[in-house]
Amino acid sequence: MIPPAFEYARPETVEEAVRLLGEAGEEAKVLAGGQSLLPLLRLRLAFPELVVDVGRIPGLRGVREDGGTLVIGALTTHHDVIHDPLVRRHAGLLAEATATVADPAVRHRGTLGGSLAHADPAGDLAAIVLALDGELVAAGPGGRRTVPAREFFVDYLQTSLSPDELLVEVRLPKADGWGFAYEKFHRVAQSWAIVGVAALVRREDGHIAEARVGLTNMGATPLRAAAAEAALAGADGPDAVARAARSAAEGTRPGRDASAAPDYRTHLARVLTERAVLTAAGMG
Amino acid sequence: MTHIKVNVDGTSYEDDVEPRLLLVHYLRDRLGLTGTPIGCDTSNCGACTVDLDGATVKSCSVLAVQADGSAVTTVQGLAKDGEWTGLQRAFHEQHGLQCGYCTPGMIMAARDLLRENPQPTAEEVRGALEGNLCRCTGYQNIVRAVLAAAGRQDGPADASRTAGAGGAQVTEEVGA
Amino acid sequence: MTDRAVASGTGREVGRSRLRKEDARLVTGQTTWTDNIQVAGLLHLAVLRSPMAHARVTRVDVAPALERPGVLAAFSGADLAEGLGSLPCAWPVTEDIVLPDHPPIAVEEVRYAGDPVAVVVARDRYAAADALEAIDVDYEPLPPVLDLEEALAEGAPLVHSDKGTNRCYTWPLATGESFAAVRERAEVTVRRRYHQQRLIPNAMEPRAVVVTPLAASGEYTVYSATQIPHILRIMLATVTGIPEHKLRVVAPDVGGGFGSKLQVYGEEVLALAVARRLGRPVKWTESRSEGCLATHHGRGMIQDIEVAATREGRLLGLKVDLLADMGAYLMLVTPGIPILGAFMYPAIYKMDSYEFNCTGVFTTRTPTDAYRGAGRPEATFAIERIMDELAAELDLDPVELRRRNWIRHEEFPYTTIAGLTYDSGDYEAATAKALALFDYDGLRAEQRERAGRGDPVRLGIGVSTFTEMCGLAPSRVLRDLRYGAGGWEAASIRMLPTGKVEVVTGTSPHGQGHETCWSQIAADVLGVPFEDVEVLHGDTRSSPQGMDTYGSRSLAVGGEAVHRAATTVVDKARKVAAHLLEASEQDLEFREGVFSVKGSPEARRSIQEIAFEAFTNHDLPDGVEPSINAEHVVDPENFSFPHGTHLCAVEVDTETGLTRIRSYVCVDDVGHVVNPMIVEGQVHGGLAQGIAQALYEEAVYDDEGNLVSGSMAEYLVPSAADLPEFVTDRTETPASSNALGVKGVGEAGTIASTPAVVNAVVDALRPLGVHDVRMPCTPERVWRAVREATA
Repeated sequence: MIPPAFEYARPETVEEAVRLLGEAGEEAKVLAGGQSLLPLLRLRLAFPELVVDVGRIPGLRGVREDGGTLVIGALTTHHDVIHDPLVRRHAGLLAEATATVADPAVRHRGTLGGSLAHADPAGDLAAIVLALDGELVAAGPGGRRTVPAREFFVDYLQTSLSPDELLVEVRLPKADGWGFAYEKFHRVAQSWAIVGVAALVRREDGHIAEARVGLTNMGATPLRAAAAEAALAGADGPDAVARAARSAAEGTRPGRDASAAPDYRTHLARVLTERAVLTAAGMG
Repeated sequence: MTHIKVNVDGTSYEDDVEPRLLLVHYLRDRLGLTGTPIGCDTSNCGACTVDLDGATVKSCSVLAVQADGSAVTTVQGLAKDGEWTGLQRAFHEQHGLQCGYCTPGMIMAARDLLRENPQPTAEEVRGALEGNLCRCTGYQNIVRAVLAAAGRQDGPADASRTAGAGGAQVTEEVGA
Repeated sequence: MTDRAVASGTGREVGRSRLRKEDARLVTGQTTWTDNIQVAGLLHLAVLRSPMAHARVTRVDVAPALERPGVLAAFSGADLAEGLGSLPCAWPVTEDIVLPDHPPIAVEEVRYAGDPVAVVVARDRYAAADALEAIDVDYEPLPPVLDLEEALAEGAPLVHSDKGTNRCYTWPLATGESFAAVRERAEVTVRRRYHQQRLIPNAMEPRAVVVTPLAASGEYTVYSATQIPHILRIMLATVTGIPEHKLRVVAPDVGGGFGSKLQVYGEEVLALAVARRLGRPVKWTESRSEGCLATHHGRGMIQDIEVAATREGRLLGLKVDLLADMGAYLMLVTPGIPILGAFMYPAIYKMDSYEFNCTGVFTTRTPTDAYRGAGRPEATFAIERIMDELAAELDLDPVELRRRNWIRHEEFPYTTIAGLTYDSGDYEAATAKALALFDYDGLRAEQRERAGRGDPVRLGIGVSTFTEMCGLAPSRVLRDLRYGAGGWEAASIRMLPTGKVEVVTGTSPHGQGHETCWSQIAADVLGVPFEDVEVLHGDTRSSPQGMDTYGSRSLAVGGEAVHRAATTVVDKARKVAAHLLEASEQDLEFREGVFSVKGSPEARRSIQEIAFEAFTNHDLPDGVEPSINAEHVVDPENFSFPHGTHLCAVEVDTETGLTRIRSYVCVDDVGHVVNPMIVEGQVHGGLAQGIAQALYEEAVYDDEGNLVSGSMAEYLVPSAADLPEFVTDRTETPASSNALGVKGVGEAGTIASTPAVVNAVVDALRPLGVHDVRMPCTPERVWRAVREATA
């Protein structure tokens, strides 16, 4: 219940934060809303020498449009994401999935950037950003770089951010006209997803023209169900969707933990993919 | 040590604290505001829920240094001049508590809900309380209490009960 | 209300939903949880625990901890062991029970992950937590003992090697005809194995202890989040050698217990020992994760159960073989928990034969002990589950099968095959009411319709007609069960000179609302306003005598004691009134708190005035005490037997395995009711915990004996969003064993609901060939059961 001791810094600019992170290297942890970090500290699962509190850096919170892209500041809280009219209009999937994260109090503090940078494959939002073909903007000593979500999540709790980089923005192509659904399967309301499936569907003339499927907790990183996506193209009804969903777990490596065994996760991925796609396609 | 200024329940405090000090420990051990209890160490139970600048947080999941410059409201700051809020009255009248350990957090979470959604359905109440665990009530009377408090938000204040000593004024019956 | 319930009072209070006196401090945050207590010079104790299930402790070096800032002391088990006795087990259920030594802190060997090995004492909780990490301990691993059957096998590794066996005891009971004989003539037998998973009680308030020493006089005050301040005081005196009269134990506001605080814990002893050694006040507060390891668990049994019946569905006999997981040590009533259940397997049914056998088994896991229901939920689960299996075997409606076997209303009082005499009950009435509220026939029709069209979401209906024994307990019965104390309860009533009333109770509430209910009882008998009554409890100084709160006993025994003490107050006041009113006692009427002389109503004195007169009067006649205070100790003549019918409808998604409770109806008969609002609340909470066992909760251990579900992140306590709205109702068949006619309600919901839910889950899947799903019925287990049945 009691965090280990650490040094604390509260930079006021991104540059200062990056400098502090660079100086401390692997021994520093970024604190945004703290909803992932504080539990680790309380249970003494992390022992950072320095905690860099970026929570008050101006300009990292809020949602804006940039042409066909929605730009969400990394410090935007889950609560604000859920209620943001731009997110609801252009990335409804993100709003829907964010509403399933933890509970209201945690959503008041937890941030989109913090959640993505934590890169827990059981977290709901990484699969969403992946399905939305999002990009992540990191600030480092050399300036900013943009990383496609597909390249951002490297391994369990690992991203392609280097220790001296700070995630500052999430860029999502507007998904106007796409149907969407997030099927989160968990045992009690606030527990982690055993499996989650995010579906985005664009329909044309009564059939599915294009589908994207993001998978939560089906491996060490969030994943796209590439085989199912391919099979869904052209699906013209529930039977076709059901057939395509059978390949939802192809290429995944779901783990075994106290909440499920791999074969059950594989099964769930198929069932939930079918359901999410049907809902997203308005065929449910 | 880091210097912080925090307003808690209307009183301003300045303190030097270790950066690792959790807000809930600051409230309980430094300020003696023990109305906010601790029920777990994994952010699950919600017993320590307080209001931070107008939104609920789990005070075990916030560092005291993060609350620097902020206003905190705890269950101890709700009653004004000894008069309970509608939620406090409703929890009492609907028997929304037994051991009462989860009650401060429940009331704070419910208060947050009613601010955003003044007329929630029972299902919305249940959803809003998903991060607050109770082991005594089975939640049914908690849900009733929140719905009852919502129902009379615009109604006349019921001043018949105050936070007097030992509940001496508590004389009425359910439905009375 | 019956005449008896209000014999001496007015009936204004008992039976009313009085709002609770307790609430004012609880809704405003003005509580005194043990961890809230601050005193000058308070030190914080932290406990280092074994990370291994079983190991020899070869070295404990606390010296590095002493180097840490703010640390005043650090002790190994060896440092503290001297002068401390074994933690007590008060229920050695058999003469030849194996009773291992249970040091409050391990010295040579740790026997479960979480066993204490060292402590530090520091100026604040942060410094104490840091210092724990500096302590160096060497462990030599020993094999864990985890499987109950393997533990009993020849050559199995031993939890207590000096005892030569992992078998703690074997406790048999056989009544009526031999089971072999009834099996011989039975037309149908059904045999099943059920698993009672371990549960972690998880009262919302973690445990905490504060000890304040008064060095000059050798007195100690122990504040503890406990259900049993009175028992704790005696046991602390025994274990530490501190004389009982120098110990004061206080249970301040206590945030729930559910049996988990019915215990004498090592940390209570350690905090006292350290405070004695340092002469300083000491506090210990567990974290939730620590509590998952260090606070006792509940359940943990394997149940082999067999019923024999006729083709028409008449039960002939019942045979039960239990393996009960004691955990690593015997705590306060560990061995007795399954024995409490022994009498409940026959439940509400008539039969000719009953055989029961329980073997307690040591394992290298956290000790088990009482958890809400304590033995009775396990028994009820097994019998109610197998009744459904028998109904399926006989192609009978499960309610009809129960009807053919239960004790009919006109048969009460009825002595069961297990030897208990049920004094009252009306299973017909409760069941009829429940079926109507539930729309049983309508749901059965929908179930058939859904199954017919192959809906992947199946409807299932579960029934549980339960009874339980509570009102613990008649001392004579406890003697026969080798329990280490009586089952009485004490109350006294102090009539203060100004007419206000203090009710002193030996019960120790922690959420049940005794302050309110005892006020109602006393106010009725005495005819004084509810507001004029204050209830004192949970402090051995203000309430010196008590057996505390557990086992749904407080109202039936402790409330009865209040009732009798108040009745004695009235009797004593009558003597004073007769003197003051210059009338004979026989000529006095007592109504609404006022004595008046029959035929001359102007001659009157209220009992509150008499309290003052007794205090000030100078000329009371010889033999009349100048006090109308009274006390009473009640030893009940029988248990009380609440019963009820619970019905649950679930929707089971056969594709994902997810179970959702669609509706839940229960009709409980807890006898007369003092406060219907509180009774309803107790039922709600009980249901939540019983449902949680059916669907959500389990203490999971890995193959090394580590607790995998060691926090609230992994151990799934359901929230409001996970539980349904309950429909509750009551029938009222008064108990005859106490004047109030009450039976007890604290555990009813928990006992009844678990089998109702699992029966519903299995009922939904039975057409697919599923006959059981192990608890908790997780989606994965349901999915696997369906897959195996349909493969």
